[in-house]
Amino acid sequence: MSTDMHNLTLAQISKGLEAGDFTSVEITQHFLDRIDTLDQNDGGINSFITVTKDQALADAKAADERRAAGNATAWTGVPFAHKDIFCTDGTLTTCGSKMLSNFVPPYDATVVDNFKQQGAVCLGKTNMDEFAMGSSNESSFFGGVKNPWNKETIPGGSSGGSAAAVAARLVPAATGTDTGGSIRQPAALCGLTGLKPTYGRCSRFGMIAFASSLDQAGPMTQTAEDAAMMLNIMSSFDEKDSTSIDQAVPDYTDTLNNDIAGKVIGLPKEFFPDSLDSEMAATVKAAISEFEKLGCTVKEISLPSTDLAIPAYYVVAPAECSANLSRMDGVRFGHRCDDPKDIEDLYKRSRGEGFGDEVKRRIMIGTYALSTGFYDAYYVKAQQIRRLIKNDFVKAFEGVDIIMGPVTPTPAFKAGEHSGDPVEMYMEDKFTLSCNLAGLPGMSIPAGQINGLPVGLQMIGNYWDEANMLNMAHQFQQVTDHHKQTPANI
Amino acid sequence: MEWEVVIGLEIHAQLATKSKIFSGSSTAFGADANTQASLVDLGLPGVLPVFNEEALAMAVKFGTAIDAEIGKVSVFDRKNYFYPDSPKGYQTTQLHHPIVGMGHIDIDLEDGTSRRINVTRAHLEEDAGKSLHEDFSGMSGIDLNRAGTPLIEIVSEPEIRNAKEAVAYFKKMHSIVTYLGICDGNLSQGSMRCDCNVSLRPKGQEEFGTRTEIKNVNSFRFVEQAINVEIERQRDILEDGGSITQETRLFDANKMETRSMRSKEVANDYRYFPCPDLLPVVIDDDYIEAIRKTLPELPDQKKQRLMDEQGLSEYDAGVLTASRELAAYFEDVAVKCSDYKLAANWVMGELSAALNKNEVEIADSPISADNLGSMIARIKDDTISGKGAKSVFQALWEQGKGDQKGDNVDALIESLGLKQVSDSGAIEGIVDDVLANNDGQVQNYINAEPEKRGKMIGFFVGQVMKASKGSANPGMVNKVLKEKLDAKC
Amino acid sequence: MALDRSDVKSIADLARLAISDENIDKYSTELSSILDLVEQMNAVNTDGVQPLAHPTDAVQRLRADVVTESNNREKYMANAPAQEEGLFLVPKVVE
Repeated sequence: MSTDMHNLTLAQISKGLEAGDFTSVEITQHFLDRIDTLDQNDGGINSFITVTKDQALADAKAADERRAAGNATAWTGVPFAHKDIFCTDGTLTTCGSKMLSNFVPPYDATVVDNFKQQGAVCLGKTNMDEFAMGSSNESSFFGGVKNPWNKETIPGGSSGGSAAAVAARLVPAATGTDTGGSIRQPAALCGLTGLKPTYGRCSRFGMIAFASSLDQAGPMTQTAEDAAMMLNIMSSFDEKDSTSIDQAVPDYTDTLNNDIAGKVIGLPKEFFPDSLDSEMAATVKAAISEFEKLGCTVKEISLPSTDLAIPAYYVVAPAECSANLSRMDGVRFGHRCDDPKDIEDLYKRSRGEGFGDEVKRRIMIGTYALSTGFYDAYYVKAQQIRRLIKNDFVKAFEGVDIIMGPVTPTPAFKAGEHSGDPVEMYMEDKFTLSCNLAGLPGMSIPAGQINGLPVGLQMIGNYWDEANMLNMAHQFQQVTDHHKQTPANI
Repeated sequence: MEWEVVIGLEIHAQLATKSKIFSGSSTAFGADANTQASLVDLGLPGVLPVFNEEALAMAVKFGTAIDAEIGKVSVFDRKNYFYPDSPKGYQTTQLHHPIVGMGHIDIDLEDGTSRRINVTRAHLEEDAGKSLHEDFSGMSGIDLNRAGTPLIEIVSEPEIRNAKEAVAYFKKMHSIVTYLGICDGNLSQGSMRCDCNVSLRPKGQEEFGTRTEIKNVNSFRFVEQAINVEIERQRDILEDGGSITQETRLFDANKMETRSMRSKEVANDYRYFPCPDLLPVVIDDDYIEAIRKTLPELPDQKKQRLMDEQGLSEYDAGVLTASRELAAYFEDVAVKCSDYKLAANWVMGELSAALNKNEVEIADSPISADNLGSMIARIKDDTISGKGAKSVFQALWEQGKGDQKGDNVDALIESLGLKQVSDSGAIEGIVDDVLANNDGQVQNYINAEPEKRGKMIGFFVGQVMKASKGSANPGMVNKVLKEKLDAKC
Repeated sequence: MALDRSDVKSIADLARLAISDENIDKYSTELSSILDLVEQMNAVNTDGVQPLAHPTDAVQRLRADVVTESNNREKYMANAPAQEEGLFLVPKVVE
């Protein structure tokens, strides 16, 4: 047992537990102590909304017993954390909102259950933008999250708590969800590997919906190997989710070491506009040249509808969320205003008090876009553009194996920098949204640093091509060390 | 001015599935509040719907039964509105791509004619919960057991022209869905509800007048009353030069009036859009044809068969096939006694009268179809007289009301002593005794003019029946008496 | 599309969101600028393009008609802000 075992990857922890180098209780306690001193204190990172200390230690003990009984899997006893968007039976699940600040779900999300089946040890629930709406984690009712690389900057969002927690090595890995970039963008800004799988790969049952046709769960880890290990158990076909697809789940760790020579990488010219920060362009292109050294070829392609992704997304996502959040009405669960004078008052004040500004803005945009007289001009139009975006990708994948580009326009920005103007904040996601609109898998891997802050390389794969993406990312990580960098003083 | 009434009905029929349309909760009626409300029915954060295959099959069955186009690709939409009995803040329904498209039914009018009414569409949707307005510390209570019960909403074309036609339409729909077994048809439990859209226009005018919608009318009688009072209300307004406000109204059967439901009028904009949690429902011709093959004989077909093959009158056949239970009961009786006409007479006569008088539904008839059929068979084989049969019927009714397992029909006839004497030797003996004891009457008979003798024979019949304690077969008594008296003349 | 104060009020009403009077101007500016962003869609002609509601081409799966749920009322209602006799309580609803 060493004092820096928090720097171990998931795969290393799994092997260490198997080899008996340490017990689950020991490593769980180690991470819990770090959370105590680095996260939950004044001026801490604030990446956790709830730390389930007692439950984690009890689960760790049970995992050690399971191992002793000879029934351990690769995941038994391995610590991790869940984004606070996944319902956990008996454990507070807030979705970063005052609305659900007292909500204790009576059931487990399917993804949560998948981890439980393996005997994995959940340390707690990570902070996030309210109802996953945001790109900086500043919309959380439970306060912003500090980027461990520079505490004045934001960690990205909406899975900002998961990203910061992994970056600060408070957990070896965490779950995230991605509706428009919420895994990839914080992964990029915190120097992590993050994967948003193909729509339908991971069950959405028990994952509190933001925009149902865009939401997808995925891993946030230190390495591609760990992401493969995470995806192995996050993925499942779920009878309880009509949009879950019955597609075999391969062992994603099996193909990590495949030779990637000969793969064709498409670089969409729309992802490298003249306006792109030159350092960002250079860092991303340098990363891509590593792939060329590994025998891949690069080809310029075009995704002509790329610029339409932002406007289309800001109709589709708000429209769906406006209906998804209607159940937050103060009747059966969640925040209820004091002394409602009638039912309308109950609705309006409970929702007015329970939701923060960004959530209200999106609900109102969605409400407006769906209302009589505007539906065709906004909603139908956006769905048509969604088709064009998907068609662009389908056509592109006829000639390439993978598409690459930047994840974000810039590295992490300072807290408060974009909070005055929602539209400015929306521009953060300009490279990530199209993936969600098309339902394609997207990934962010550490590509280097700008001014001491990490930036990511985005990889967009064809449908169900996660194994290929993880393979390419892993091979990249065998010849680079961007993913091994850690923030100072952590 | 002469007005033409325009009526369109929207009928909600709860589908008789075991579980809900999007969850595995029971749909059984009458459970304790919220004990049949699952995570999905409660609309808790994170839950998702999965569509019930039986709800689909039942809706398609309905569509094939009314000869409708079936939507091979149907899509669920969200209809957004806030109401405490709507847990998700939207109702999952079908707007643009319903499962059932244009079809039609024929309604039976009181004058014996029938009229075709087109059905615009029928779509699948989920039922809401219930708000209970008894006083809970000045608040309303919400029970979500009913939330998520599958419904089909059947929308008629605005082709109905008066309240009686509306009732005939509602009744025919009731009959079709119960024949199909896709709805239990229990109006008092809300298994079928009807929204009535009513408007008036000057006779001859093509465009429709402003309509009102009377919500949730739940009996045949109320449909007729509600429409009639609403027609009167609108006519009064129009004839005073006023105009009708398009709105939702509620029928109050006690006050015999409709009144505005202002609570539903709060600037509603339902913001329909395709439900992203559900995918398009796609079915093919094979699926539709397989369901079409399972269609039972429908009321119109059954009626035609009873007329063509069993010689029943159109009226009788119509009455007997109007409800699935009555038709099933009747056919059981008829098969048992092998006489459709006699069975029709008893079911529509004695039995219906008794059921009406005692306010009992045919399904709860104290006399089983089997027993009634056996009894009629005994009339046919002369075991009992028509008069005796009425006593047997009465006894069967009383016996059926109790819990004890009654005698079978033959044992009952025996114990009541109603078995007719049809043995000619025995009857001849009684006749001989009667003639011998009434010599004076016999002489009168002999002396009477032949055309008057027919009436005089009644006296002797009465005497013979009295002597046999009513058990002699009256037909035979008549025949034997006539033979014996005429031999004396 | 610029939304004025009354637009914002009626949208907030439809969405059942109480917003304070002093915030209405802020929302009307922000929502208007979001709509300006959204209206960039108008730059492209989409005539005849089939709208895409779901990213995958999958069709609805069907569930067998089986009752799989049992009574869990106490647990499921544990989060209710107000309840009595197994009912969720809300201010009196009038029809």
